[in-house]
Amino acid sequence: MKKYIHTNIDQIRNDFPILKRKVNGQNLIYFDNAATSQTPQIVIDSITDYYSKYNSNIHRGVHFLSQEATDAYEKSRVKFQKHFNADNSYEIIFTSGTTHSINLVANGFKKILKKNDEIIISQLEHHSNIVPWQMLCEETGAKIKVIPIDNNGELIIDKFENLLNSKTKLVFVNHVSNALGIVNPIKHIIKKAHEFNAIVLVDGAQATPHMKIDVVDLDVDFYVTSTHKICGPTGVGILYGKEKWLNKIPPFLGGGEMIDQVTFEKSTYAGLPNKFEAGTPNISGVIASGIGIDYLNSIGIEEIYKYENELLEYATKKLLLIKDLKIYGFSTKKTSVISFNVGNIHPYDIGSILDKFGIATRTGQLCAQPIMDYFKIPGTIRVSFSFYNTKEEIDEFIKSLHKAILMLS
Amino acid sequence: MKIKQIQEELIDEFAMFDDWIQRYEYMIDLGKSLPLIDEKFKTDEYLVNGCQSKVWVKAELVDKQIVFKADSDAIISKGIIAILIRVFSHHEPNEIIEANTDFIDKIGLKDHLSPNRANGLSSMIKQLKLYALAYQTKINNE
Repeated sequence: MKKYIHTNIDQIRNDFPILKRKVNGQNLIYFDNAATSQTPQIVIDSITDYYSKYNSNIHRGVHFLSQEATDAYEKSRVKFQKHFNADNSYEIIFTSGTTHSINLVANGFKKILKKNDEIIISQLEHHSNIVPWQMLCEETGAKIKVIPIDNNGELIIDKFENLLNSKTKLVFVNHVSNALGIVNPIKHIIKKAHEFNAIVLVDGAQATPHMKIDVVDLDVDFYVTSTHKICGPTGVGILYGKEKWLNKIPPFLGGGEMIDQVTFEKSTYAGLPNKFEAGTPNISGVIASGIGIDYLNSIGIEEIYKYENELLEYATKKLLLIKDLKIYGFSTKKTSVISFNVGNIHPYDIGSILDKFGIATRTGQLCAQPIMDYFKIPGTIRVSFSFYNTKEEIDEFIKSLHKAILMLS
Repeated sequence: MKIKQIQEELIDEFAMFDDWIQRYEYMIDLGKSLPLIDEKFKTDEYLVNGCQSKVWVKAELVDKQIVFKADSDAIISKGIIAILIRVFSHHEPNEIIEANTDFIDKIGLKDHLSPNRANGLSSMIKQLKLYALAYQTKINNE
């Protein structure tokens, strides 16, 4: 049975101990979910459980605890395989986060890319999906081409199609923009890129909390995300890669677990997924992430999207009533993210005052300077809602925003 | 008036307020009386490093005293730099270098700022003191 969020909101909020916190003497209103989602008690408990009952290294020992830890760790991999509908569990690689996943793939293409090959990224990218490719281009002599956006913040797909040619080797685009919340037409992008035999990596950090991802249906080559956005702990990332590409790219880190044979002359690498998981991984984090994704699925991702969309529409409507308030990013398909400014008031000023009222928002460039440059602004205030937020919290936020604007005008 | 006296004056002024909203409003008000830096000096050269919003500061030596002018693109930062300039402007370099900055804690300013803003505040104080140090070195060498 799926939970219906509206009727169970009190119980859902009860699952998150942090929501009972007071900040600056006020009830915490947490609207920075796009940066990190909060952690349900069941996930927190699983970390305690691991360290109290079966903390030990995986894949190595023959002893009881090591077996238990290995089983739980691998069970988590299967959970994510099923969640993303991957063909094989070894196509799911655990990393330390989205940034690590992207760097792993970028590093893998160092020897494959040649001078004057082309890489396409979008104007909407997070810094973590720009810098690794710039580093890769510096080393290989490949060139970066950028898909531009229009005034609404949507990718101009015609321009993307014009950029594609026989020199295009890689395409990197986010599924959902972290700064604007716009859902990009990645299925179309992947299909077009494949017509030119280009490989596509999709940064799904902002999509996975809100929508079901089917990597087979998307036919995506690499899909990356972090589990701290999906009710898991910090420090765990997911890299999905098609088997053929994961076999083709070399390991990122050398060390234990990723080798098959080691002599001082040469080592041979282990198969998937161990080839990419050198050293002792974040065992408790990976196991807890599996509990986190179970928790999300127990509510239902579609149900979550619907509920969050209601919050998005409600808040958008209320915000647009405020004089001189401008929202960045308009699209018929958006996740529950609103980026805005009020007149000429600096986003830090508004963010600081909202913080005093116990409201957590994100302010500044949001790790997406090219977008801010496009709109010619120093940054924005970003509110992002999750399924445990409520319309009452939005009302409180709007009230506090009015007070902040009064103080700052 | 000596730096110490101005600091005590500010401590008294801020003590009049009961809550953070009033203190913020007063700080924002003080920002409105900030001696503004000329637009043409709002360049990277005069930017204070370590602030998330932009703060520009320029110093001049007038009759052996340092006169500061500044501006910011954020209203709260403007209030903070205005408080600092009220304290440090129109004093001889040595007095500025030697002045302690306990008054910040006594006003309760730091408690009311986010960690980023508190770092920015420290950067601003450092910048003002660096200007004083530079002028003092220049005077010593003359």
